[in-house]
Amino acid sequence: MTTMLLHRVGVWRAFGPAALALLTGLLLLSAFLTLAGYDTMTALAALWDGAAGSRYAIFSATLVRAIPLLLLGLAFAVGARAGGFNIGMEGQFAAGAIAATWSGLLVGDLPPPVAVTVVLLSGGLAGAAWMLVPVAMRLRFGVTEVITTLLLNFVAEATVSWMVAGPLQEASGGYPQSDPVAVAARLPRLLPDARLHAGLLLALLLAALLWVAFRRTGWGFRLRAVGAGPTAASTVGGIAPLRVLAGALILSGALAGLGGAVEVSGVSFALYQQLSPGYGFTAIAVALLGRLHPGGIVLAALFFGGLEAGAGAMQRDAGVPAVAVQVVQAVVLLTLVILARRTR
Amino acid sequence: MLTLSRISKRFGATIALDDVSLDVAAGEVHALLGENGAGKSTLMAIAAGLLRPDHGTVQHATDASGAAIRVALVHQHFTAIPALSVAENVALAAHWRETGWRAEQRAAELIARLGLPLDPAARVESLPVQLRQRLEIVKALATDARVLLLDEPTAVLAPREVTGLLTMVREFAARGGAVVLITHKLTEAIAVADRITVLRRGTVTLTGAVADVTVTSLSRAMIGGDLTSALPRQVRGGDVRVTLDPVWSADPSADARPLAFRAGEIVGIAAIDGNGQRSLLRTIGGVASAPGVTVNGPVKFIPEDRTTEALIGDFTLVENLLLGTPAARRHWIDWRAARADTAALMDAWDVRAGDPDVPAAALSGGNQQKFVMARALADSPAVIVAEDPTRGLDVKASAAIHARLRAAADGGAAVIVHAADLDEVRALADRLLVMVAGRLTELPRDTPRDLVGDAMLGLAVGTPG
Repeated sequence: MTTMLLHRVGVWRAFGPAALALLTGLLLLSAFLTLAGYDTMTALAALWDGAAGSRYAIFSATLVRAIPLLLLGLAFAVGARAGGFNIGMEGQFAAGAIAATWSGLLVGDLPPPVAVTVVLLSGGLAGAAWMLVPVAMRLRFGVTEVITTLLLNFVAEATVSWMVAGPLQEASGGYPQSDPVAVAARLPRLLPDARLHAGLLLALLLAALLWVAFRRTGWGFRLRAVGAGPTAASTVGGIAPLRVLAGALILSGALAGLGGAVEVSGVSFALYQQLSPGYGFTAIAVALLGRLHPGGIVLAALFFGGLEAGAGAMQRDAGVPAVAVQVVQAVVLLTLVILARRTR
Repeated sequence: MLTLSRISKRFGATIALDDVSLDVAAGEVHALLGENGAGKSTLMAIAAGLLRPDHGTVQHATDASGAAIRVALVHQHFTAIPALSVAENVALAAHWRETGWRAEQRAAELIARLGLPLDPAARVESLPVQLRQRLEIVKALATDARVLLLDEPTAVLAPREVTGLLTMVREFAARGGAVVLITHKLTEAIAVADRITVLRRGTVTLTGAVADVTVTSLSRAMIGGDLTSALPRQVRGGDVRVTLDPVWSADPSADARPLAFRAGEIVGIAAIDGNGQRSLLRTIGGVASAPGVTVNGPVKFIPEDRTTEALIGDFTLVENLLLGTPAARRHWIDWRAARADTAALMDAWDVRAGDPDVPAAALSGGNQQKFVMARALADSPAVIVAEDPTRGLDVKASAAIHARLRAAADGGAAVIVHAADLDEVRALADRLLVMVAGRLTELPRDTPRDLVGDAMLGLAVGTPG
C-alpha cells in the first residue's frame, strides 16, 4: 500500500499530514507551556531527556512504553482496515492481562520458552474471546462494534477489580493485586541493565507480518477491500464483507489481548487495577498517526512511547503536569481528522 | 425572456465555451443537447448567474414592473434535505418567511397550481425518486422564476416518469414560462422541444426549430459523425446458457416451457423500476438467489451503480482489477502480473487514466464503465449480465459499450441486458422480454415502441401468434 502510495503521490501526500500533525502538536504544547507560565525551554528539554536523553530513557522508558502502544496500534489497524472501529482495546488488554496472570501463576514448572508461549497465547485467546460478544452482536443484531467494544471496557475494568480482590488476590491478602507470575513465565530482558524486554521483538515481528499480509496476501487484500468498499467487495469480488470484518475484529481483539499478556509477562509481572494508563485509547492515535500502516505504526508507537516517558520527566524536572502531554496527543488526532476530511 | 449572446468562457487552457448564443422566449421549450463535457452545464451556470462569462452578455427580460425576471437552475443531482418535509424544503429554497402549517399551506397552493401529486407534509426521504425530482422543480418555481433551466432532469427517471416530467415542462411553458432543457437523449428533445441547440466542444454545431432537425442530423452534430448504426446481428442459436423455470413466465399456457437464453444472443429485458428485474438479473449474475434460475458456465455481472457496486473509488485500477478476478481469492497476490494485466486491458479498451495506479474515483464515468466492462469481459465469460450499462454516459461512450457487448455475444457469450432507457434495450437486443410484476413476456424484436411501453405497464398486448 505505502509503496504504491509513494509511487503514486509522492512522499509528502503519504506522510505530510502526519508530520504536520506532529509539528502542530508540539507547537501548541509549547504555546500552552508559555501561556501557563512554565519555563518552556526547560520543560521541553526535560521532555526530551525523559524520552531520549539517556540510555535509561531509551531502553527502560520509551521503548518499554512503545511495546504495548505498538501491539494495540496494530490491533486497531487490523480492525480499521476492514472498516471496523475497535475502541475496546483497553478491555481486551485487561482480558489478556487477566488470562496471562492466571496462566503465569500456574506454569512455574514448565521450561521458560514453553511457559512464556502459554502465557502469551492465553492472553491472545482471552482478547479474542472478549471480542466475540461485540462480533456476535454485530452479526446477529447489527449493533455497531463502536458501542459494544466501548461498553465492554467497563466490564473488563470491573472484572480486574474483582479478580485482584478475589480469585487472583495475592496469597497474603494485603493489597488488591495478584501474586507475581512464575519466573519461567516472564519475557527475557534484552539488555542486562535495562527494562527493555523481548516483547519488542515480538511486536516488531507482528508488524512485519501484518505489513506483508496487508500488501501481499489475498487475505489482506480482501480485508482492505471490505474496509474501502464493502458493496463492491461483495458484488464484484464475491467477498462476504461481514465475515471478513468479523475475522478482522477477532484478530484485533487477539492482538490487544496479547498486548495485555506482554505487559504482564514483560513489565508488571502481576495484575493490578489500572495496569494500562490508557494505552487502549492512545493506541488509536498511534494507529491513525501511522496511517493504519504497520511501518507507520512502528514509528508512531516510538513517538508516543517517548511522549509518555518524557511526560514523567517533565513533571519531575520542570513541574509541568504530565497530562500536558495529552495536549500533543489530542492535537495530533484532531489535526489528522481535519486533514483527512480535507483530502477527501 | 433570456438571451445569451456570443458567450465565451475559458477554464485555464480549456475553452469551455466559444462564441455561443442561445435564447429562449416565453412559452417556449429549448432543448440543449451535447456530449459530456460539451459545455452545456457551463452555459447554464452562466445563464443562472453562477459563473461570469469572459466575453458576451446575458440579458433578462423585464416583467410589468420593470424588474428583471427570475431564472432558476435545477441541478441534475437532488439538493433537497431528506429529513425535512416537502414544504420545509420549498420554504428553505425560496426564503419564505412562513414556517410550520403556514408554509405547508403556501406549498400546497403552489403544488396544486402545478398539478402535482406531492404531499407538502411528507418527509422528503419517504418520496420516490420521480417525486424528489418534481420537488426540485417546485423549489425552483417557488421563487416565481419565469425561466427554468433543467440540467438532465430525466437521467434518473423511468420512461413513464419521463413522460410525466416532460408534460409538466410543456405546461409550464404553456403558462408563459420559458424552459431550457439539457438532455443526452435525442428522442426526448425532439418530443418536447420547440427549438433545439446542439453544443459540441464548446461551440454551437446546430440550432433550429424541431421541425427542421432529424435524429441523424442531431447525432451528427453531437458527435461529429454517424452513430455506429446497430446492424441486425447474425444470431446463431448456441448452447443454452441460462434456463428460467416457468415461474418466471407470464404466459399461463406455456406451463411446461422454460425460458432459455443461448450463447451468442443478446437478451434485452425492458421493465419499469421495481418489477423484479433487479432480483432476476442479480440471480443470473450470481450475486443474489431466487428460485428457478439455472446458469451454465462462468458468469460476469455488471452492476448498475459503478461507483459503489462495481468499483472501489479509493482503490487503484490494479486493485480494482484484482477485485473482480479470481486472483483476489488466492493466498498470494502477484502485483507485477496484475499491473501488467491492467495496463493491457486499459490499452485494449481505450481506458483513459494515464496509469494503472490511479484511483478509480479519478476517472470519468465513461472511462470507469469501460474499465468495468473490460474487467468483466476479460476472461470471456459464458454469460454476461449487464444492469443499465450506459447509465449517465454520453452517446459516444454508450456506443462503445454497446459495440463491446455485441462483440462479446459474437464471441459466444449469452448477454442479458437491462436498461432504464427502452430505446437502448430495443437497439441492443436480439430478443426482447418485458418484465411486469416479476413475470417475463417475450415480444417480437420489431414490436413498435408504444406497444412495448404498454406491455411494460402491464397492459394487454396483442402479440401475433
